[in-house]
Amino acid sequence: MLLSLLTIVSTWAIPFLLLVIPVYGCFKKVPVYESFVEGAEEGFTTAVKIIPFLVGMMVAISVFRASGAMEYLGEILNPLTSRIGAPSEILPLALMRPLSGSGVLGLATEIMRTYGPDSFIGRLASIMQGTTDTTFFVLTVYFGSIGVKKYKYSIITGLSADLTGFLASLYICNLLFR
Amino acid sequence: MLNFVWLFLLASGVIVAAFTGNIEVVTEAALGAAKGAVEVCFDLIGVMALWLGIMRIAEHGGMVRGLARLMKPVMIKLFPSVPSDHPAMGAIILNLSANMLGLGNAATPFGMKAMKELQKLNPGSDEASEAMCTFLALNTSCITLIPATIIGVRLSFGSSNSTEIVGPCIFATGIAMIIAVSLDYWFRKQANRGRKL
Repeated sequence: MLLSLLTIVSTWAIPFLLLVIPVYGCFKKVPVYESFVEGAEEGFTTAVKIIPFLVGMMVAISVFRASGAMEYLGEILNPLTSRIGAPSEILPLALMRPLSGSGVLGLATEIMRTYGPDSFIGRLASIMQGTTDTTFFVLTVYFGSIGVKKYKYSIITGLSADLTGFLASLYICNLLFR
Repeated sequence: MLNFVWLFLLASGVIVAAFTGNIEVVTEAALGAAKGAVEVCFDLIGVMALWLGIMRIAEHGGMVRGLARLMKPVMIKLFPSVPSDHPAMGAIILNLSANMLGLGNAATPFGMKAMKELQKLNPGSDEASEAMCTFLALNTSCITLIPATIIGVRLSFGSSNSTEIVGPCIFATGIAMIIAVSLDYWFRKQANRGRKL
């Protein structure tokens, strides 16, 4: 019930905003089209500005993944994570979580193809896919768009959130589906 | 910190590839990703233009300010360094709302707008401000009410209950968000204490 309501909200949100904002603006005597174009201009410059940041980050992440270094890291961490009840198949997904959104989706899809979506590991992969955002992508794009190069402690905060998300997913999945 | 992470990802990748005898993978991955990054930005241009245009109308109509005023009690606690009527506040609220609704392509432009406004309070600096760190702590751990993509994948593999993971997702992200915001608060306190001494 609640879920279907939420689904309706998310399908209608964009059409609703596209109608309400310009109409309301018109009531407030805003020259809507001129304002739109003026704002849209910013889109180009901002998108171009993040290119160097995104190239740097995506190249490093891609080399890390493709070389198999990520799997090695997973093997090193495995004795530790198997103690807290994490299946070894899920580790690459946990490591990928902060690095690449499409990578996580690919891995989660692969796990569900192999083990089925209603298996313990399939459910765990689903929950982890739906939990927290891709920290490095967000930091790179957001800071890149304003030319900030020193991220201070925000990497630690973001990665701690990812780790917490992983542990909490594991906990709730064990509690509900084991 | 970022320098170290970046170097670690790149160097460990090259070294592992060298020792496992598939060094040519590195070249392919690096060049492919460089090209892919530009494609991502290219895709962003149109979406960014659309949402920033719509947002400008909302700004001129006073809607963004109204939204910020509505959420003021929460926002001034989370962002003590930002004036409560600053345009950044409205953009932050729009970004987080879009994230929650799973409207990723609208969230990114709003988020960049928020960063741009926050940078106005941090002029000329290439270092992140405290408010930016708080905003990104919230953003990276933000709850998505409907993880639509993964529900779709589950359905396609014949899940008997494709939406059963929604509750657990909200639980796990909620905890991650609490940790992120608390940690951010702690870091901010530490930094301020250092300044006073």
